[in-house]
Amino acid sequence: MSTIKQKMSGWGRFPVHETIVSRPETTADIRRLLNSEAVSNWIAYGLGRSYGDTPLNENGGTLITTKFNRFMSFDESTGILECEAGVSFKEILDVFVPRGYFLPVTPGTKYVTVGGAIANDVHGKNHHVDGTFSEHVLDFTLLLASGEIVRCSRTENAPLFWATVGGIGLTGIILTARFRMVPISSSYYNVHYQRARNFEEALELFSESDDQYRYSVAWIDCMAKGSALGRCVLMRGNNAPADQVKGSNPLPILHRTKLAIPFDFPPFVLNKWSIKAFNALYYRIHPKDAHKLVGYESFYYPLDAIHQWNRMYGKRGFVQYQAVFPSETCREGLKEMLERLSGSNRSSFLAVLKSSGDENGGLLSFPKKGFTLALDIPITDDSLFPFLRSMDELVLRHGGRVYLAKDSTLSPEHFRQMYPRYKEFQVIKNLVDPNHVFSSSMARRLKLVED
Amino acid sequence: MKNVLILGATSGIAQAIAKKLAARGVNLILAGRSTDELNRLAGDLKVRFNCPATAMLFDAVNLDTHESFYESCKASVGQLDGVILCYGYMGDQRKAQEDAQHAKEVIDVNFTSCVSILHIIANDFERKGSGFICAISSVAGDRGRQSNYVYGSAKGALSLFLQGLRNRLAKSGVTVLTVKPGFVDTRMTYGQQGLFLVAKPEKVASDIIRAIEKKKNVLYTPFFWRWIMLIIKLIPESVFKKLSL
Repeated sequence: MSTIKQKMSGWGRFPVHETIVSRPETTADIRRLLNSEAVSNWIAYGLGRSYGDTPLNENGGTLITTKFNRFMSFDESTGILECEAGVSFKEILDVFVPRGYFLPVTPGTKYVTVGGAIANDVHGKNHHVDGTFSEHVLDFTLLLASGEIVRCSRTENAPLFWATVGGIGLTGIILTARFRMVPISSSYYNVHYQRARNFEEALELFSESDDQYRYSVAWIDCMAKGSALGRCVLMRGNNAPADQVKGSNPLPILHRTKLAIPFDFPPFVLNKWSIKAFNALYYRIHPKDAHKLVGYESFYYPLDAIHQWNRMYGKRGFVQYQAVFPSETCREGLKEMLERLSGSNRSSFLAVLKSSGDENGGLLSFPKKGFTLALDIPITDDSLFPFLRSMDELVLRHGGRVYLAKDSTLSPEHFRQMYPRYKEFQVIKNLVDPNHVFSSSMARRLKLVED
Repeated sequence: MKNVLILGATSGIAQAIAKKLAARGVNLILAGRSTDELNRLAGDLKVRFNCPATAMLFDAVNLDTHESFYESCKASVGQLDGVILCYGYMGDQRKAQEDAQHAKEVIDVNFTSCVSILHIIANDFERKGSGFICAISSVAGDRGRQSNYVYGSAKGALSLFLQGLRNRLAKSGVTVLTVKPGFVDTRMTYGQQGLFLVAKPEKVASDIIRAIEKKKNVLYTPFFWRWIMLIIKLIPESVFKKLSL
């Protein structure tokens, strides 16, 4: 099994770490790699859509999982799909949308693997109703450091199941998974667009009527100030019944024409004025209150239409910052955070506010009941890092936490306070992987795994 | 195209071809050495395309088994419409220079075994007067280079063999396609230094299927390799021997 020394990064293109990369095709290949003398530890890397150093392993090994992309079985009567963990959400949609099934939960890009979705315990626009992706997973098989393959579910090896859900790849390599798809009669959504003049109005709209919509999200302007602080465009909707769709095929696979960003934008393209102008425009082009039928591509995956959109942030890359505030403190927490963001002119044009449902049993899972705010911040200079540190403190003060799948800068101290169940995680980790065959740049930075 | 046999079905290019053919409802026999891997592939095609692909064990270097292997292929699907031979073995050039056994292995996989199995199939196709034979050779067989001339000479011999077979079968209506891929992103090339213009297996697979349908004789894929190899072949030997290729 060949390896290459290569510089790798996540979707934010920061940080960039040198690692030894291999692309195994069989479980025998993986076992050979884990036993190789030359590399002491490994982390799985799927499609590289987590933003920071979650899938990186500086001076260690990176195991590309994309060749494990076989479907295994599908049961029409139950909607249960079994596949290898390197299968992407895009492939699943291409095969199953025409048959009338959709993913139970999807993040804002379809270029993620099933394994990555479990390891980061991803959520989507329906978190307040359906929870995270893992909540629809019946079981998965995990290749452990010993080379042994075990099945994990809520009843079989349950502690390992909950350590692996959101466990950022540190318990082993997820090989296959079984999960339940949801039936759809069309691949379109009835979306209700509503403008909210500030975030408080948005929170009210959310709490008033979120139970009417299975999918709910708001784009939020993090540059607006004063009475317009956190003005939003809410986009909430439900899957449309087939009879509302014009034309003969209510279940098309909707590939939108792909634009591509062929090079890194120079740093002056995205500055506070251009971002401010974009945000103001985006707010105004949306109607105050309107209903529209839209295809799943533009509803779930607006950015997938732009190939390598991460290049917009230039060569230095960007960080995506996502925090959740618990229901009790969210009003205060969001207000403080939005004031800090608009005051510093640091935000970007893609910020998202969404209500978040109950916490699940994943020991390092991110979501909990309340509201989550996600935004991109371009890396312009090093002053960003103390700013992020102060944001972490703010989040922590309000009892919230930041999402590991997006993180690249959190300190080990803050991490421990945000994720108090890390101790339980470490106990299981040490049990199944005492020699730390699985490790990552993130695991070492957060001191989840010793060097 | 109804029933097609793919030899070496777990190779990167073969898998891409299998997916494209299964999508069109072609009935496939997937042949190779590892039952586990063949079943993985067959299971995938079944879920994706509802295509009943059959996994069949095939040991290329064990020539004595070829007759009975082909009989069982026919027994499982009736009549075959075509065969696509995709297996190959790069080997280790340096090792082959020292170790005659290793050199023989490279030649046996890439050439001797192909002669055996393709003759069995060709004789059958010739009798029934139809069918296509497609085999993946390599641009490495177009000119001997110091970095991989053992593999290259075996592939070169395969290209010559296919040329002769094509000549023989022309009057019986059986077509023979020689495929010469450039660098393709598969297990065989992953991690190798100094590769350029590396193509995706899906692109190569589409080219191959189109060439089979158009009854082409020789396919370079991607197309520009025809011109690259033309230039390489035109370099006078007196100059070529001094290059480090």
